[in-house]
Amino acid sequence: MAKKIALLQGNDACAHGALYAGCTFFGGYPITPSTEVAEVMSQELPKVGGTFMQMEDEIAAMAAILGASLAGAKVLDATSGPGMSLKQELIGYACIAEITCVVVNVMRGGPSTGMPTGPSQSDMQQAKWGTHGDHAAIVLTPASCQELYEETGRAFNMAEKYRMPVQIQIDEIGAHMRERVEFAEPGELEVIDREVTTLSPEEYEPYADTESIVAPLAPFGSGYRYHVTGLNKSADGFPTTKAELVAHEEQRQIDKVALNAADIEKNEEYQLEDAEVVLFAYGTTSRSARYAVNELRKEGVKAGMFRPLTMWPFPEKRIAELADQAKAIVCAEMNLGQMVIEIDRVAKGNCVVAHIGRVDGEPINPGQIIDKVKEVL
Amino acid sequence: MAYDYEKSIRPGKLPHIWCPGCGHGIVLKGLIRAMDTCELDRDKTAVVSGIGCASRLPGYLDACTLHTAHGRAAAFATGIKMAKPEMTVLCVGGDGDGTAIGGNHFIHACRRNINMTYVIMNNYIYGMTGGQFSPCTPTGMKASTTPYGNPDPIFDISKLAIGAGATYVARTTAFHATQIDKLIAEGIKHKGMAVIEVLDDCPTSYGRRNKFRSVVEMMKRLKDIAVPVTAAAKMTDEQLEGKVLTGVLFKEERPEYTEQYAQLIQRVQGA
Repeated sequence: MAKKIALLQGNDACAHGALYAGCTFFGGYPITPSTEVAEVMSQELPKVGGTFMQMEDEIAAMAAILGASLAGAKVLDATSGPGMSLKQELIGYACIAEITCVVVNVMRGGPSTGMPTGPSQSDMQQAKWGTHGDHAAIVLTPASCQELYEETGRAFNMAEKYRMPVQIQIDEIGAHMRERVEFAEPGELEVIDREVTTLSPEEYEPYADTESIVAPLAPFGSGYRYHVTGLNKSADGFPTTKAELVAHEEQRQIDKVALNAADIEKNEEYQLEDAEVVLFAYGTTSRSARYAVNELRKEGVKAGMFRPLTMWPFPEKRIAELADQAKAIVCAEMNLGQMVIEIDRVAKGNCVVAHIGRVDGEPINPGQIIDKVKEVL
Repeated sequence: MAYDYEKSIRPGKLPHIWCPGCGHGIVLKGLIRAMDTCELDRDKTAVVSGIGCASRLPGYLDACTLHTAHGRAAAFATGIKMAKPEMTVLCVGGDGDGTAIGGNHFIHACRRNINMTYVIMNNYIYGMTGGQFSPCTPTGMKASTTPYGNPDPIFDISKLAIGAGATYVARTTAFHATQIDKLIAEGIKHKGMAVIEVLDDCPTSYGRRNKFRSVVEMMKRLKDIAVPVTAAAKMTDEQLEGKVLTGVLFKEERPEYTEQYAQLIQRVQGA
């Protein structure tokens, strides 16, 4: 049978990727430019017996998905800048209570209401540090509609595996441009479901250390009675202020991402083998960067592109290597300097680190990148 | 024979955090009796709360318990109930948690008429943070942030719930301990959003600032202001001045949300 192929906008592709991954619960609130994700989910979820909830506000949407996730559902929420700001407290709740969920942020200008119909990549540091307190983050940055379809599935896999929120950061262009999307056949893409405990209810502790340091979950209603709280807690799930228990739990939650970085990181390297100048670009900006690499190569400039599909945890090791190899790393992003901070931190002065930013609601074009590279070299 | 509460309490979790004279413990016992009356399977019962003194209640109960963020209990609970409609979902919390920071979630859970039971302990104060005024602190009374008397009018929680669409609304007080479990049990059995408001006192943060000399005096006040809704029907407005109606204030049958949604799925899948 021929594969299903459709011309989809990014938001639709994201929704279909979630459905492929087995999402059965969507909680959301209307906001431009992410609304189409909700619209597709409202259309499709009832067909598979799933639940679509348009909640009373952004915070409620986040709360509803966390409740549903605890009851065993695979859950999604999609929003944009202001909505993402409102969700931050409960993203932190999902971190500390270790509740699996996927949250999409279609980035628009800001701060505040900003430019709802313009593209932006200015929530990249928020994606890591938006909620208060120390915490790990997994953040994906796909660049095409096909990739958005597939990476949404990977976001679910990471969330299920590491029992935590995973964010997908798209910009308005990525959300609304239409491209050919090839739907995967059942079984074609990996689908990971959360590990469920095999311990008896008497032995079960929701946050106990395991070999993988991610304790298997027991969904509410499955015969395991336990406590979930946003307070610092010990392995049994109950609040504690005992210093060694608090420190241990906090560290474990950081470690489960840090120690598994190799599994979580994913990058595309384009013409980097002999590159003297490395373009660091992600999302739709990477499409301009790829064009710029090709043009620069034609002119004899040894340019290449490093494109993270996982932005957080930040690909420190590889960036450090590239800083040793190249004369310069040029970061192109639709903000006034966010991921460049990380590059600068990791490069430790071993190469020139330059930045191309734009916050006027227009995409960064290849010409801008080419000019900057020539200026740097 | 003394009532066996211990089978419903998690081993090692007592003593509770509540101050002497606080009414929350009376509500906890009432809730346990109501759960017993309804023969709830605790494996299939979620008890959800927000933040505050009253919201610490789920930690003591041996059930699937969820202590969420401030104000968000009803929204988390909605997610649980929609994902697993076969579970019994109970919300507990205080007046500030439920009607100030959580007010939006509270009224929308009422509007949906989702099959949950929300026990709201109204002690007219933010107790855990040391006694700031809540939307239920009576006008003129003192709180740590109304040193000159509270200028704000109050929410009547039960009226708010009725107006928002809850289909079972009842009220009692911590003094009327034996009524608490009856009203909660009726709420659990009711198909739809049930709200049970229990007036209880915070001697530490409210009583102290408002010249109540003892817990007994506060309890006596609860006894005096309560008027059963049946008795109130025969009383004049003058006689009802300063009184609070208790008992089942409102009850109606209206389509329940999880059932409506299940029908929607059937319709879509049948099409």
